[in-house]
Amino acid sequence: MFDESLSRAIFGRLTFESFPIHEPILLVTFAGVVLGGIGVLAAITKYRLWGWLWREWFTSIDHKKIGIMYMILGVIMLLRGFSDAIMMRLQQAIAFGGSEGYLPPHHYDQVFTAHGTIMIFFVAIPLVVGIVNFVMPLQIGARDVAFPYLNNLSFWLTAAGAGLVMISLFVGEFSTAGWLNYVPVSNLQNSPGTGPDYYLWALQIAGIGTTLSGINMVATVIKMRAPGMTMMKMPIFVWTAFCSNILVVAIFPVLTAAFAMLMLDRYLGFNFFTNDLGGNPMMYWNLVWIWGHPEVYVLVLPAFGIYSEITSTFTGKRLFGYSSMVYATVVITILSWLVWLHHFFTMGSGASVNSFFGIATMIISIPTGAKIFNWLFTMYRGRIRFELPMQWVLAFMITFVVGGMTGVLLAVPPADFVLHNSLFLVAHFHNVIIGGVVFGLFAAIEYWWPKAFGFRLDPFWGKVNFWGWVIGYWVAWTPMYVAGLMGVTRRLQHIEDPSTQWLFVIAAIGVAIIAVGILGFLIQIGVSIKNRDKLRDTTGDPWGGRTLEWSTSSPPPAYNFAVTPVIHDLDAWYDMKERGAQRPTTGFKPIHMPRNTGTGVILSGLALALGFGMIWYMWWLAALSAVGLLVVAIVHTFNYNRDYFIPADEVTQNEDARTQLLAAGA
Amino acid sequence: MREDTPMSIARRLLLLLPLAGLLAGCHGAVLDPAGDIALQQRDIIYISTALMLLIIVPVLALIVVFAWRYRQGNKDATYDPHFDHSTALELVIWSAPLLIIICLGALTWWSTHLLDPFRPLNRISAEKAIDPKAKPLVIQVVSLDWKWLFIYPEQGIATVNELALPVDRQVRFDLTSANMMNTFYAPTLAGMIYTMPGMRSTMHAVLNRPGQFEGMSANYSGAGFSSMRFKLYGVDQGGFDAWVSRVKGSGQALDTARYLALEKPSERSPAMYFAGVDADLFDRVFNRCVKPGTPCMKDVMQHDMRAGGGHPNDPHAGAGMPPGHAAPPPPGEKPKGAIFKHGEEKGDGPNRTSPESKDAPANRNTSHNLVPAAPGLARAGTV
Repeated sequence: MFDESLSRAIFGRLTFESFPIHEPILLVTFAGVVLGGIGVLAAITKYRLWGWLWREWFTSIDHKKIGIMYMILGVIMLLRGFSDAIMMRLQQAIAFGGSEGYLPPHHYDQVFTAHGTIMIFFVAIPLVVGIVNFVMPLQIGARDVAFPYLNNLSFWLTAAGAGLVMISLFVGEFSTAGWLNYVPVSNLQNSPGTGPDYYLWALQIAGIGTTLSGINMVATVIKMRAPGMTMMKMPIFVWTAFCSNILVVAIFPVLTAAFAMLMLDRYLGFNFFTNDLGGNPMMYWNLVWIWGHPEVYVLVLPAFGIYSEITSTFTGKRLFGYSSMVYATVVITILSWLVWLHHFFTMGSGASVNSFFGIATMIISIPTGAKIFNWLFTMYRGRIRFELPMQWVLAFMITFVVGGMTGVLLAVPPADFVLHNSLFLVAHFHNVIIGGVVFGLFAAIEYWWPKAFGFRLDPFWGKVNFWGWVIGYWVAWTPMYVAGLMGVTRRLQHIEDPSTQWLFVIAAIGVAIIAVGILGFLIQIGVSIKNRDKLRDTTGDPWGGRTLEWSTSSPPPAYNFAVTPVIHDLDAWYDMKERGAQRPTTGFKPIHMPRNTGTGVILSGLALALGFGMIWYMWWLAALSAVGLLVVAIVHTFNYNRDYFIPADEVTQNEDARTQLLAAGA
Repeated sequence: MREDTPMSIARRLLLLLPLAGLLAGCHGAVLDPAGDIALQQRDIIYISTALMLLIIVPVLALIVVFAWRYRQGNKDATYDPHFDHSTALELVIWSAPLLIIICLGALTWWSTHLLDPFRPLNRISAEKAIDPKAKPLVIQVVSLDWKWLFIYPEQGIATVNELALPVDRQVRFDLTSANMMNTFYAPTLAGMIYTMPGMRSTMHAVLNRPGQFEGMSANYSGAGFSSMRFKLYGVDQGGFDAWVSRVKGSGQALDTARYLALEKPSERSPAMYFAGVDADLFDRVFNRCVKPGTPCMKDVMQHDMRAGGGHPNDPHAGAGMPPGHAAPPPPGEKPKGAIFKHGEEKGDGPNRTSPESKDAPANRNTSHNLVPAAPGLARAGTV
């Protein structure tokens, strides 16, 4: 009845069969998402929050609010990525010796691909970028980042990428080619469906956001530090964020180029990475890992910075070996470029090349080891308060040291020849990413939450979260190390050898314990918001902090600092407290601030439409949104109404209120 | 909270102990090798782990000790908020890991070269020297979607998902792939190596113990990947000969048509025997010209090299081009130092975009238009 060619012109390759109505798991998830979504939308409408959300959050270019939005995005996507993890662990716990489990290969392959993609690109990166966004400008005494509008655009582009990944759950399918979308599996010939296209468009859009954010942060650190803050007086977290964002600027273009070439292969019949006609799949592996290994340091360097700040605060001591910490960070930043080949020693590069990359990898463990020692000697002769952030630091040190050891082991090529692609390898990188990055992010959330919202997090549920993650991690991944040594490899939909099943059952129990931890985290946030008056902190400095962010109120005013501080020493706030510096209470001037704009939201919406149109071959939609992108971007350049002044009276009012609060607290 | 935390840390440390126990108790494939290469690889794992534990164990202990000793509740411990630098300590901090990495780096260098899969073996096992005159058994491996094809060119046989090796004889695997990238991995025999379309990789190995072992693809390659496994039989020479004649007795030969049928994706393939095999099958697989009428990669490359302005009878890239002043020397010749050059050989080379005069050599060689097209078409008739 409906003309076929007309349908193709309008809907491209989207048909009724594209909706996975035959998959009960997806159907139930879909129903849950729809019901939950309707509930949230109804609540927003009922309480008339749309205008508030739009004005105060979506269009906000305040780095603190953008940071918080990044965190919310990361936590939501963590729930999605973790659901994938539960599905995998369950599948591998039952699919033994003839049993196919409950996920057929096509579905299981999408699950592990989505898990890796989401956890790195839409959980780890948004959470790290969020923390950097919130904390770094405060720590350098700035009022915002260098390019506030760009910051908003970066966030929404990342969100648009995440949106595309979520759409792929219910419309069409996701890639089955692993978290880096490996060729030849993702070649057009082997994966003609929409999966790899969803992957490519989601990551290109989000990747542009991350690159822009990197440029923004680098410019901010270089240009916006408060007077007196020389490079060697920057807080260590600023240093690590700086190096991490230099890496972002340097590596993301490589990934973008690799994905663009794969797009040309898939859309226009190019032969960069095809098997025939001169293409070479190996080149794709090299390019994505030239991005991939530095990416590990993009995530873990800011985490190192977080641990340093927390250790120094909770031991009541200056960080031991500040300059050696800075040099170690810079050395890691540089060396991270020279190690990518260790991801495929077994491709046959020859002994000399393999030894070079193996030894280069090991050398990274020297500055990393130096960092561990520096934290250790910061604790030495300290007075350690074991609040939750500090507990996360200790859990990190113990967990990460083991992960570092297995990493160096994998860097020895002959050992890698038997352990590559095994569960030992998978256990190793979960060891360093959970033990290094995830623990650090939770520590950061515990530590800076009072700064962001003005009240502390509930300690009981925080402990549930802590022990759930720490115990759960070890229960889930110790057996995977063992399975790797028993010759079990990764990405298996079912496992033939029944003698290893008990290991996978233990791992499934471990993931359940982690689930308790995550649940504890969500409850912790809910309970803390409910009891916010009891947990209220009026001082702005609940932990006895040492860096500038603790000198302003919690939450900080839109302008961060009423008067830009002058820095005389490392640990500037501690130095001010020691010298008895007085908070200025008069003589405020009007403060120049950037104005909110909705352009970021609109551009990202159009980018999402462009991606969707390209994925489904709806050329009209792609063309329209591409033109729309161009027009909106050009129109935005004619918007000269971009800034305003906060009047001196308002600042004075604000600061007077704080003076009273502080007096009442004292 | 303060009181129980360091205790909890100790508890967490205890969690590590079962790991050691598990390792001792398990007879995992990687830790229980049957081949000399895998055995040496396992020893490397042990030695490197021991080397690293030299520093890891003290660090773990120090973390616990410092956390306990310098807890806020312990008023006996020294509190020195200004202890933030010590040159002596910094030296130790940087040099201790450095020393370990120097040892480990040396180990890495020699073991990587010694156990390089391209390198022929230098011993059969720790006790048994290799006979330098004995030729290795050559086995050609092709990863198909999703099964393993093993070709024994000397014996003129081929099998699917079943590999038999005579014990204590050096084997050389030549590996390629028909479509997906896989790794050829028999954990008890030797490490893994990628099989890639259009590429040939090589691995040398030896099996020292008779028995039945497992092999697999360790690199995810699509829907049927999880069942992409093969049986590895270690047999003595007599057993191997018997196995070869059993395969020979199976009747059917692996010709082009059968290979093309076999190449189609399938899952959980049973073991298959082929009594005969086209002698150049492996060569054509990795040159991607099994299908009649497809040009072989090596012919295409040679054609492209000639077409790239080269001399039609010299296959080297760019042969026959007038050399510029920075051009590499012709094949087989050493570069000439500037001091040995005539005056006119130095300085700028001839202008490459617009010849200065009619006498200057034409810099655009369009001879590729004259080279007969489509190499490999000629061979189509012979298949």
